[in-house]
Amino acid sequence: MSEGRFEPRVVVFACNWCSYAGIDLAGTSRIKYPHNVRIVKVMCSGRVNPEMVLKALADGADGVLITGCHPGDCHYISGNYKTMRRYFLLKKLLKQLGLEERVRLEWISASEGERWARVATDFVEHIRRLGPLRLKEVMSSE
Amino acid sequence: MSDVRIGVYVCHCGKNIGGVINPAKVAEFASRLPNVVVSRDYMYMCSSPGQALIEDDIKKYNLNRVIVAACSPRMHEPTFQAVLKRAGLNPWLLQMVNIREHVTWVHEDTPDKAEEKAEELIAAAVARAAHLYEITTEKAPVVKSALVIGGGIAGIRAALDLANAGIKVYLVEKKQSIGGKMAQLDKTFPTLDCSKCILTPLMVDVARHPNIEIYAYSEVVDVSGSAGDFKVKVKLKPTYVDWSKCTGCGLCVEKCPGRAPSEFNEGLGFRKAIYFEFAQAVPRKPVIDPRYCLWFTKGICRVCSKVCPVGAIDYEQKERYVELNVGAIVVAIGYEIYDMSKMVEYGYGKFKNVITGLQLERLSDADGPTKGKILRLSDGKEPKTVAIVLCAGSRDEKHVKYCCRFGCAAALKHVYYIKHSVPDSKVLIFYTDVRAFGKGFEEFYQKVRSWDDVYFIRGRPAEIFEDKDGSLVFDVYDSNTGQLINVKADLVVLESAVVPPKDWEPLRRLLKVSCDPGGFALELHPKLRPFETTADGIFLAGTIQGPKDIPDTVAHAAAAAAAAIGFLLKGYVESVPYLATVNEDLCSGCGLCASVCPYDAITIEEKEGRRVAKVNMIRCKGCGACAATCPSGAMQQNYFTDTQILSEVSTLAGGAK
Repeated sequence: MSEGRFEPRVVVFACNWCSYAGIDLAGTSRIKYPHNVRIVKVMCSGRVNPEMVLKALADGADGVLITGCHPGDCHYISGNYKTMRRYFLLKKLLKQLGLEERVRLEWISASEGERWARVATDFVEHIRRLGPLRLKEVMSSE
Repeated sequence: MSDVRIGVYVCHCGKNIGGVINPAKVAEFASRLPNVVVSRDYMYMCSSPGQALIEDDIKKYNLNRVIVAACSPRMHEPTFQAVLKRAGLNPWLLQMVNIREHVTWVHEDTPDKAEEKAEELIAAAVARAAHLYEITTEKAPVVKSALVIGGGIAGIRAALDLANAGIKVYLVEKKQSIGGKMAQLDKTFPTLDCSKCILTPLMVDVARHPNIEIYAYSEVVDVSGSAGDFKVKVKLKPTYVDWSKCTGCGLCVEKCPGRAPSEFNEGLGFRKAIYFEFAQAVPRKPVIDPRYCLWFTKGICRVCSKVCPVGAIDYEQKERYVELNVGAIVVAIGYEIYDMSKMVEYGYGKFKNVITGLQLERLSDADGPTKGKILRLSDGKEPKTVAIVLCAGSRDEKHVKYCCRFGCAAALKHVYYIKHSVPDSKVLIFYTDVRAFGKGFEEFYQKVRSWDDVYFIRGRPAEIFEDKDGSLVFDVYDSNTGQLINVKADLVVLESAVVPPKDWEPLRRLLKVSCDPGGFALELHPKLRPFETTADGIFLAGTIQGPKDIPDTVAHAAAAAAAAIGFLLKGYVESVPYLATVNEDLCSGCGLCASVCPYDAITIEEKEGRRVAKVNMIRCKGCGACAATCPSGAMQQNYFTDTQILSEVSTLAGGAK
């Protein structure tokens, strides 16, 4: 961050069947989006537990995006519904920590390369407006 | 973990990666990461020499982890896993890093940032790789039978190919006869073959084949199990005719006083309330339509029951269900034409003499409502001027964006119908482009162009109005001459857009098959695997994958059948590598994992006096829901353990430098 503009660091969890494929499609279609996103592949968004999200924030991420198949489209029948329920619970915890704006859940299908680029751009800009989180620095200084 | 020995391989992918970032510099960066023994870059890592480079290194440097930074793992993960296998390593000691789709293809405007991102992704993979371990899979037998859903030309071809390979086939068709859209066509382009003459012998072959069982007038209502062992529930809709008794003599149809619009004739003309789908129906068994039957609507008549010589009429018949057990499923449910009344400017549904191409097929068919004469619906007169509108609803932002892929060639065929039926007619074809791409299409196009009184005009009609005499008037801007033309036509034929069938969406969700933006089934790879899906054991045949003409549909269906045959004859399915695994020492037997498992793959069992979770390796599909839910960390997912994911997350969150 030596230059003027704050470049957020965003960790993205993407399910193999819909979202990761959709993100791949953005690549194949050469649809540009901010470089700030770092994608972690899981087989299903239902694999993402709160610890992974909190770990990302604690270790330096400014925002976390969880992506999965649209409701009804889960490759594993109901994984995304589990994700959704877990996400709402996690949001309650994040709210108490003042971090609820930094985590978002989005549905990206395998054909939504363009939608992925919009979601990524929007989220990165959103986090850029919020500013750096610096949880890692705060926690290591205590 | 003291002896982790990692090799990192950065691919240029020609200019795809190497044109944006410097792979040599990235490889040099990777060489300084912990546990990395060797790090290289190469022009095409997936090529033979690229693969040999990795294979040799594994032996030379005694590597036990391999990281390949290249394209998406969805592309070449199996390629590089095979390299590890050849070198004697377990394939799951490979970690792919996606620096093409996720980096260079999308961040070429900021090459510095792209390079930094590639380095961080590799650093995260290096951190993760230290925690990889060997994974073994189990094998389960495959049920050597297949379900084909849809009995159009795609389903017919797929069913015959499967059956001829010795596989038991269940063919489920929602209508009472197989044949599909092709049965409704009069002729086929570009050869002008009689459609039914080439189709009906195949329909008979299907009916006679000892390995094929047809479930007509039936629907798939539930699918469970998995590749190699699907359980399929099929609903047999009530036909009110006991087909096991019915001989197909047709006396009931002949005597029935009820009348209903004919679906087979696209709403033109009438059929009886008890009816065959069409003359050459297979199976040739009638169905009572309770919406029009006098017994069902008014409690009178029962003529069919009185005349039936074998007592097959059964007004009390209820829907029935059968359970099928199959190893593979071929989806061949075809397409529907786009509802032309949605294009209000063309007046379809409002003006009698605006018809669809499929309706023209029915008019041209000797078995159709006009016995093969092309006549106006408003007054039964021969149309002297006919306008054919191409791309009606297709390639249109407001309706359907994609091309229907057969409208152009069908229109050429329709010119033939019209000129053949009304030789002194004038035919105007309003086109956007004439896409005569198939074998023999261009020659056919040139032939039709050379006929007298056939005019090709490049332009789409504006709003169509009806004149007092039932003819249609409209303006067209001819983009070739730059002139506005005023047209008066006796008949307008719309070559309509094509959409997936309405019943596809619920079926798609049962099968867990993704869809493309047009709603058609999403293939596994658009070029290399166009007849497979992301769901193992489920194959696509014909237009449900996207619009196709008949030759392409048949080729696609045969390819789907071949893929299904290969899958079934291999004889076994392997468990997924991403299985849930239990650390029994940590497990408290609470059962939360079992409660979230969508496949009932987890049971809680007594072991040495306490309760522990047990995973069925074949049932488990590797979603990881149980691992995310386990409160003690006892349940883990192979290749996606907490430690593996967290080490990757931590590096990506904190940066590599």
